[in-house]
Amino acid sequence: MMADSGPKEVAVIGNTELTSAELDNNIKNTMVEIEKGTNLLRKMEISVAEAEKRTGKNTVNMQEMYTVYLIETRPVDALTEGITPDSLWRRYSEFELLRNYLLVTYPFVVVAPLPEKRAEIVWHKLSADNMDPDFVERRRVGLENFLHRVASHPVLCNDNIFYIFLTEQDKDWKEMVYETGFQAKADSRLKAVNAAFRVKNPDGRFTELKHYSDELQTVLSQLLRVRARVADRLYGVYKVHGNYGRVFSEWSAIEKEMGDGLQSAGHHMDAYAASVDDILEEEEHYADQLKEYLFYTDALRAVCRKHELTQFELEMVALDLAYKKQQKEELVTGTVRTFSLKGMTSKLFGQETAEQREAKLQVLEQQLKEGEEAVKEKNTESDEFVKTAWVDIERFKDQKDRDLKEALISYAVMQISMCKKGIQVWTNAKECFNKM
Amino acid sequence: MSRTIDAGVSPTQTNTIPADISGQMLDLDEDDDLEVFSKDSTLADGNMFNASMLTSPGSMVNQCKFEEDEESDSKDIFITVDNPESHVTAIETFITYRVLTKTTRSEFDNSEYEVRRRYQDFLWLRGKLEDAHSTLIVHPLPEKFVVKGMVERFSGDFIETRRKALHKFLNRVADHPILSCSEDFKVFLSAQAWELTTYKKQGPGFLSRMGETVRAVANSVRGVKNRPEEFTAIQEYVEDFSNKIGSLDKVTQRIVKEQKEYLEELKEYGPTYTLWSGSEEELAEQLKGVAGCIERCCKETEEQVGHLSDTLVPVLHEYVLCAETLKAVLRRRDNIQAEFEAKNEALATKKVDRDALKEEIDKLEDRVEWANNALKGDWGRWQRSMRGDLKSAFLSTAEKNVDYYEKCLAVWETFLLSQRTEPSEETDRDNTP
Repeated sequence: MMADSGPKEVAVIGNTELTSAELDNNIKNTMVEIEKGTNLLRKMEISVAEAEKRTGKNTVNMQEMYTVYLIETRPVDALTEGITPDSLWRRYSEFELLRNYLLVTYPFVVVAPLPEKRAEIVWHKLSADNMDPDFVERRRVGLENFLHRVASHPVLCNDNIFYIFLTEQDKDWKEMVYETGFQAKADSRLKAVNAAFRVKNPDGRFTELKHYSDELQTVLSQLLRVRARVADRLYGVYKVHGNYGRVFSEWSAIEKEMGDGLQSAGHHMDAYAASVDDILEEEEHYADQLKEYLFYTDALRAVCRKHELTQFELEMVALDLAYKKQQKEELVTGTVRTFSLKGMTSKLFGQETAEQREAKLQVLEQQLKEGEEAVKEKNTESDEFVKTAWVDIERFKDQKDRDLKEALISYAVMQISMCKKGIQVWTNAKECFNKM
Repeated sequence: MSRTIDAGVSPTQTNTIPADISGQMLDLDEDDDLEVFSKDSTLADGNMFNASMLTSPGSMVNQCKFEEDEESDSKDIFITVDNPESHVTAIETFITYRVLTKTTRSEFDNSEYEVRRRYQDFLWLRGKLEDAHSTLIVHPLPEKFVVKGMVERFSGDFIETRRKALHKFLNRVADHPILSCSEDFKVFLSAQAWELTTYKKQGPGFLSRMGETVRAVANSVRGVKNRPEEFTAIQEYVEDFSNKIGSLDKVTQRIVKEQKEYLEELKEYGPTYTLWSGSEEELAEQLKGVAGCIERCCKETEEQVGHLSDTLVPVLHEYVLCAETLKAVLRRRDNIQAEFEAKNEALATKKVDRDALKEEIDKLEDRVEWANNALKGDWGRWQRSMRGDLKSAFLSTAEKNVDYYEKCLAVWETFLLSQRTEPSEETDRDNTP
């Protein structure tokens, strides 16, 4: 049973005569309405509870090791109807398939990214091995986060494929996904790139957004890399202090008066060296939060590309219509304004007959009608896309600002905690040195 | 050159009855006036027999008046080493340091002296002090040059480090009840450059010092047979101490290196937040705030590393050198004993002039005893110094680290305060350990 009724896909079809301010207001109001009834997370608790290693045959019939994740769902409270506790196992590739399906089916939505397939920007201590328990754990958290993002999205949470992904083990979910034919709907990369180059009048906001995504990607990549290097160095500093522990301990054995002070100071140095592990583990969560938004830039760019594509198609259709109109005009007035092969051939081989002209005109009229229909359709399509996409982009921007604000605050809290630990250790050490 | 060796010290120069010096060395609380002639309690220099004793510390010993304690408020001599200057001659380039002395001691004609000395002069002084007091612990000098660090001989840092070490060296000598009475020390502090050169030329020549060295080598080859237990204990301690202090020196230098590399990365980290803020609207201020915090922490980190380099590293290094000095002192003491033992053995075997030999042996025996007492006394003194210095250096480091973290804490807390919209809600979260 699915979530509350509501349109399967939200289409805010705005009247083009509205002013931009009114349009904005319109969007805000509908957003609130959308949020009310269609957040799956309000009804259902979703968690990716565990990860397990499995072996099995892959597509080329070879044995391989892979990890599966346990998805658990249960009703939020006893009063929620229609949801029974359930659990099933899914592997990473199924998550990927789900996401690709969502991307194609809802091209106006900024779809949440998946956690890394392979550990990339890590500092040296963390293994880049996909089987490493720390990596698997962080991936588990990332997958859970992904599901929460989708489940709380006003549009995506209503998707049936998504619902089945979460709840029904028995069905051949993969088959179902393929059966939607989403792969056919996918725009080829080549088409999209071509459109990006040749589009004449994309909506300025999308162009801006594309630049923003590029900038954000660059800056976040750099930030994450530098942060990893800083973490590496900090690790070094703390761990070397562990040597003090050892040497103080050995030294205290040969000293009479200083012995006790040295020995206990040594213990504090050991504690100091050990404390860095927790500190950096916490920071890894912060890095993951930033990484999510690094990966989000791909989704943003995808929406921009879709816009460029629809806009380009509209422009092509409009161009075609204009050309046809011109052809009609030429035919009617008999003037050839622009150079054309027809014009040349008619000069060479003589004019056509009146019947021929009439027939051509008829065809053109038909084509014009069709062309006008097409333009109208594409226009609507493009408008709809712009509107629905922009609603989601605003939603995304708000989410991003909230999340990152919180992330930065939590980073400050982490630094404070680290400083407090440092104060404590060195104050204790100072006491010990005093006793020397 | 004949040497009249008395059973006691050098009674010829004694006019006043000096305070008990060994009392100073072994037990600082006592201030007994003992008779000079008592062989047991008077500290006479074992190397009195060295010809350079013409202006020997031995004679100085009896003329010095000793304060009751070595506290700085009763210090009567203040020395500073500063103002390095470069000198260029046709042959070489070298640095001189200004040595400023202010003193109320009677053996100095003036109360203030200002001279310029180069590293070679310090080496000379230390050599003289060690020669005259072979079993006293003379503070080490900074090394001639730093090989591993590949430091330029004339780099600012190197000169400054050396200056501080030279300053410390002179003050250590000044604090030492015996060494500070050395005539060589006095000349070092007060003589003008040409005077010092003349003075240096006096004393035993190269050859006679060679003779000493040969004897010493011969003795060390022979080895000492009945080393008193306490000196064996000291030797074992020195071995261990040398290892430990060497390790600490290495560890600390490694920490400095790691911390500097951390600082380098940190300096790049802050600006990326600033860069990011350029692309954002809502988040811009907050991002700039974080960048600012990181930048301030960078400054604090730089200060902390500087403190470590200035305070802990030099002290540890100093004591690495001290350990070597101690080993040398113990060796010299052993040599003195070995010489005595050798002659003693000869007494039993050879049929030569037994009386003359017996007299020589007696003198050597005294020498051994004086050497042992000197070392024993100075050993306690050295240990106290060592404890004091190292405790103070580690304490200072710990304090600086606390200060460092406190300053960084303030930076981030200020930032956090500026971000809070719901203080009550957040502080609860804050309080969870």
